[in-house]
Amino acid sequence: MNYFEHVGKYFLMLKQVFKKPQKWSVFREMLFREIEDLGLKSLGIVMFISFFVGGVVAIQTALSVDSPFIPKYLIGFATKRSVILEFAPTFMSVILAGKVGSYITSSIGTMRVTEQIDALEVMGINSLNYLVLPKIIAVLFFYPLLILLAMVLGIYGGYIAGSLTDLFFTEDYVYGIRLDFNPYYIKYALTKTLVFAFVIATIPAYHGYYVKGGSLEVGRSSTKAVVWTSVVIILLNYFLTQMLLG
Amino acid sequence: MIEVENLYKQFNGQPVLKGISTTFEKGKTSMIIGQSGSGKTVLLKCLLGLHIPEEGIISFDGRKHTELSVKDHRQLRQEIGMVFQGGALYDSLTVEENIMFPLKMFADQPFKQMRERVNFVLNRVNLDNVNKKFPAELSGGMQKRVAIARAIVMNPKYLFCDEPNSGLDPNTATVIDNLIQEITKEYDIITVINSHDMNSVMEIGEKIIFLKDGVKAWEGTNKEIFKTENEAVVKFVYSSNLFKKVREAYLNETK
Repeated sequence: MNYFEHVGKYFLMLKQVFKKPQKWSVFREMLFREIEDLGLKSLGIVMFISFFVGGVVAIQTALSVDSPFIPKYLIGFATKRSVILEFAPTFMSVILAGKVGSYITSSIGTMRVTEQIDALEVMGINSLNYLVLPKIIAVLFFYPLLILLAMVLGIYGGYIAGSLTDLFFTEDYVYGIRLDFNPYYIKYALTKTLVFAFVIATIPAYHGYYVKGGSLEVGRSSTKAVVWTSVVIILLNYFLTQMLLG
Repeated sequence: MIEVENLYKQFNGQPVLKGISTTFEKGKTSMIIGQSGSGKTVLLKCLLGLHIPEEGIISFDGRKHTELSVKDHRQLRQEIGMVFQGGALYDSLTVEENIMFPLKMFADQPFKQMRERVNFVLNRVNLDNVNKKFPAELSGGMQKRVAIARAIVMNPKYLFCDEPNSGLDPNTATVIDNLIQEITKEYDIITVINSHDMNSVMEIGEKIIFLKDGVKAWEGTNKEIFKTENEAVVKFVYSSNLFKKVREAYLNETK
């Protein structure tokens, strides 16, 4: 199957996904389960990575700007820009593509190879709508919150790094954070997050739903799903940046 | 009655079913047998609507599969119970949630009533105190019984089973066979079983359809299969010495 066929099949899948749920009470139950599995269970890793990466960005910037002619508040300014514009929305999404994407592909793929999806279809249930729509809604709802948290913790990580290493004064850092703050950047980051969240839910779901074979193929599909999700995120990041900031 | 007429199905230009015609009757346990690759599973999946045949008609009590609207098709599927080879129980749901799932989706009943129905079918398949367990905590035989309970919870008119005995010890396999036969009689439903297990075929196969290379090579009852001279059936069914001797004994007895 060539790439165009995959793209066509992916959009046909979406057509089935975006149908009215057959039973709202069951959909609601699934939605809460997905918010827990895909969102709440990612909190720890998001908090841990964003805090330390924020610290590292601040330290790296501080080490690069040791000239007395460059004001120290630029460390805070640069950290804020890097974290809000790229690190939180894009790189956190790539990390989540690995964690959540592989989970989605393997869980749906396992259901496919163990005939659980056939069991849904035999009952007269639209399996794509039942399995994938709650995942999409869950990530679209929860990921912006995760990314906002990553922004805050990343910037805070830089602050803590400054206070522990004496590479810069925290007052300068805070001044840099406040300097030239543009709320549009948050809007830009959240717009990207929503697009990436959709990609993180749907591409792995596609790879899981159409897997054929046994457990080995499910593993291979998970890897493929993570790679393709990351590639699509990086490509979309380029185009979105051009469109929204260019 | 389920009527199958001249069913053709192919995959990538390779014919798998070549003009199958047969019927499955109410209150009877029908079995589809044949070697691996003979088209048994494809036939079952065509009956279930999981595969769309290229040609032919499948009709459920006069309702032709291919001519049904989406709504009627969905309605028909709610009248079908299916026991998959591996059970196909939802790993993330408890036994109770697994069985209650079709009720939650399609029956507008209060929770208490649904729970009562779950307990009733669990009791019917001789399982107690497993409501809160997950499928992974159950033995193979228990998983099959839960799968049967889920298949009958909606009072289906048609019950399909794909290799219900695979991976089970002979004793548990007999229990499952008897359970399926009892349910078929009790609820007066049409049961179609896809099986490799000759014990089951002899025990509960009221109608047997033998497939060979996608063609119906023989059809009869579990009594007639002892007497048949059909070479392909004899070669397949009596491949083991034990069954050869059973056949000889049966033929000597009936002479």
